[in-house]
Amino acid sequence: MNKTLLLIKHEFVNTVRRKAFVILTLAFPVIALLGLLAAQVIPGMITPTTTIEKVGYVDKVGIFTQGLTEYKTELVPYAGEDVAKTALTDKKIKEYFVIGPDYLSTGLVQRYTLTSEIAPSSTVQTVIKDFLLNNLLKGNSEEVIARAKSPLNIDSTTLTAAGTPAARQGGFSALILPYIFSILLMMAIFTSSGYLLQGLGEEKENRVMEILLSSISPRQLLAGKVLGLGAAGLVQIVVWLISANFLMKIASSTWGNVIGSLQVPPEFLILGVIYFILGYLLMAVLMAGVGSISPTAREGQQMSAIFTLPVIIPIYFMGLIMEHPENVAVKILTFFPITAPITVIVRSGLSEIPLWELLVSISILILSIWGLFILTTKLFRTYLLMYGKRPDLREIIRSFKEA
Amino acid sequence: MFAIEVKQILKAYGNRAAVNNVSFDVNQGEIFGLIGPNGAGKTTTIRMMMDIIKPDSGEIKVMGEKLNDGSKNKIGYLPEERGLYKKMSVMDTIIYFASLKGVDKVTARKRGEEMLKRADLLPHKNKRIEELSRGMGQIIQVIITTIHEPDLIILDEPFSGLDPVNTQLLKDMIRELKNRGKTIIMSTHLMNDIEELCDRLLMINKGRAVLYGSVAEVKSKYRNNAVLIETKGDLTGIEGVTGITPHNGALELKLDANTTPQMVLERLVKKGIVINRFELSMPSLTEIFIKVVGDEHE
Repeated sequence: MNKTLLLIKHEFVNTVRRKAFVILTLAFPVIALLGLLAAQVIPGMITPTTTIEKVGYVDKVGIFTQGLTEYKTELVPYAGEDVAKTALTDKKIKEYFVIGPDYLSTGLVQRYTLTSEIAPSSTVQTVIKDFLLNNLLKGNSEEVIARAKSPLNIDSTTLTAAGTPAARQGGFSALILPYIFSILLMMAIFTSSGYLLQGLGEEKENRVMEILLSSISPRQLLAGKVLGLGAAGLVQIVVWLISANFLMKIASSTWGNVIGSLQVPPEFLILGVIYFILGYLLMAVLMAGVGSISPTAREGQQMSAIFTLPVIIPIYFMGLIMEHPENVAVKILTFFPITAPITVIVRSGLSEIPLWELLVSISILILSIWGLFILTTKLFRTYLLMYGKRPDLREIIRSFKEA
Repeated sequence: MFAIEVKQILKAYGNRAAVNNVSFDVNQGEIFGLIGPNGAGKTTTIRMMMDIIKPDSGEIKVMGEKLNDGSKNKIGYLPEERGLYKKMSVMDTIIYFASLKGVDKVTARKRGEEMLKRADLLPHKNKRIEELSRGMGQIIQVIITTIHEPDLIILDEPFSGLDPVNTQLLKDMIRELKNRGKTIIMSTHLMNDIEELCDRLLMINKGRAVLYGSVAEVKSKYRNNAVLIETKGDLTGIEGVTGITPHNGALELKLDANTTPQMVLERLVKKGIVINRFELSMPSLTEIFIKVVGDEHE
C-alpha cells in the first residue's frame, strides 16, 4: 500500500478510537436529544387544571352582560366591589376584575388576586380580552368577532426582479441554519485540526518523529496527517448531520411550525461541504506548521490561538453581514482565507452571493492552502527534529529560503 | 559497490558548519563506526544520509543511488532521539512501523514474534509501550529497525541508556546481523564499543573528519614508539630507552627516534634479562580519541 495511504489510515483509526473524539462526536446528539426529551416531558409534568376556575367581575359601564365560559374559566358577575371582595376572601372565586366607568375611553381594568405573580397569566388575559371583545362587538356575526380576536396572520413572500418567488425567503430559517451550521463547521474544524496539533506535539515529545521520517518524507507525513484527521473530522460532521436530521423529526412533533419553516437551499449544502473541506485543510496546514515549530503539544496549543481566534471573527460581525452584505468589510471577510468559511456560510443563508465573489474566495483559499502546504513541508524538514527551543520569526523566515 | 558513499558533504546552521566537507565510504558487510565527541556532527551526518536533512552541498549515494522511497525500505535506522507511541501495543507498533517499510501484516507479525521471542519479550507483546521498561522499549526499537530485513542498518548511539544485560543482548544482535551479511553503521562516543565491534571507523570532531580507516590502521598510525615488558630484571642503562613508566603491572619503555622495538629486544636478550612478556605498546582508541580531540582544542 502507498505510504501516504498507510499514514492516512493510521491517523484516522487512531483518532476515531480516541475517547475524547467519541465523547465529543456523541455529545452533540445526546445533549440535543436530552434537551428535546426534557422539552416534551417537563410540560407534561405540569398537570393542567381540570376544575373550572371562577373569576368574578364588576361591570361599572353596564354593557358587559354576555357571560363567557372558555379555557376552563367561568366568569361570574357581581353587583358591587364589596360583594366581589368578600367572595374572593371567602375563596368562592379565584380572582375578580373591575371594569371602571371610564373604560371605553381608557381601557382600564382593575384586577384583584390573592396570590402575587409576575404578570397575569396568558389564559386570564385571553379570557378577559375575549370577554370584553364579545361584549364590545355585540351584534356582529361570530365570524367577525372571531376575526377581531385574531386579526393578523401574516405570510410574506420575497420576489425576484422577474416577479417570481425567490429561492431565499429569509425569516427564521435563514438565521438559524447558517448559525447552527457555522458553529458545527467551527467545531469540526477545530477538533480535527486540534488533534493534528496534539498528535504532532506527542510525536515530538515521544521522539517518534525521526523513526517516521526514516521511512517517509516530510511531505508524505504532512499529507497523511492532514487527510487522515480530515477524514475523521468528516465522520464527525456526518454523524452530526444524520443525528440532526433524526432530531428534527423528533422536534417537529413539539415545535412543528418552527421546524417546518426550516428549509435548506441545496446550494447552501454544497457551499457548506466545499467550505468545510477548504476551511479544514487551511486550518490543518496552519496547525501542522505551528506544531512543527512548537517543542511540546501544550505550547503548540497556546500558539495556535493566533489562527483559531480569527476564524470566529465573522460570528461577531453577524449583524453587519446580515444587514449589509454588500459592505466592503463583508467582502474582505469573504476573501480573507481564515474568515472566509464562516462568512460565506452565514451570508449564503441570507442572500445570494455573487458568483465572482465565491470564485475569488475559493481561489484564494485553494492558493493559500497550497502555498502553506509547501511552506509547512519546509518547516517540517527544519524543525520537526529540533527539540527544546522554539525558533523566532527571523529563523523561520530563513528556513523557508534554505529548505 | 559501496553500501554508502559520502562525498564532501557540508551542512551549516547559520555561520556554524555542523558538518564540514566530510567524505567516507562504507563497505558492504562491515560494521562501520562513526565516532566523535558530543556535538561533533555525527547525528547531522546520519540525518543527511537518511535524507531527513538536505546537505548544503556534496553528494550521498546509498547502494549506488540517491536515496528514494525504494531504497529507504532497504535501510533500518535507529535514531538517537527515539521513542514509540506510548498508547500502542507492542505488536501493533511493530506491525505499523513494518508497514511503513513495505512489510505486509502477516509477515510483520510472524517476524515480530520470532524477534520478540529471541529477546525474551514475547510475553509482553500485547502490552502497551508505556507499560514496558526503558530498556525493553529500546529493544523493541531495535526490532522495528530490523524487522524489514534491511541490507543497511544505521544505529545512532545504540547503547545509550541500556543496562549491561540489554547492552550485551544488543551487541549479540549486531554481531548476528553482520554474520548474515548486513552492513551496519553505528555512531557512538564510547571507544570500547568501536574496538569491540567495528571493522572500520571515521572520527569526526567539530564537523571535520579527523581519522578514517580500519581500526588496526588507526591504532598503528597512533602507535607510540614504545614497548611493554614484564620482567624482574634490571632495566637501567639500555641504549635507546628514554623513559620507563609502570603500566598495568608491566613496564612501558619509551624509545628514541632511532630505536625500533626489534633493536630493544636484541639488547635486552644480550644483557641476559629474562622477559615474561614483550609487546608493542598500542594506544587504546580512547587514548587516540583524547589525543586527537585534545590537539584540535589547541
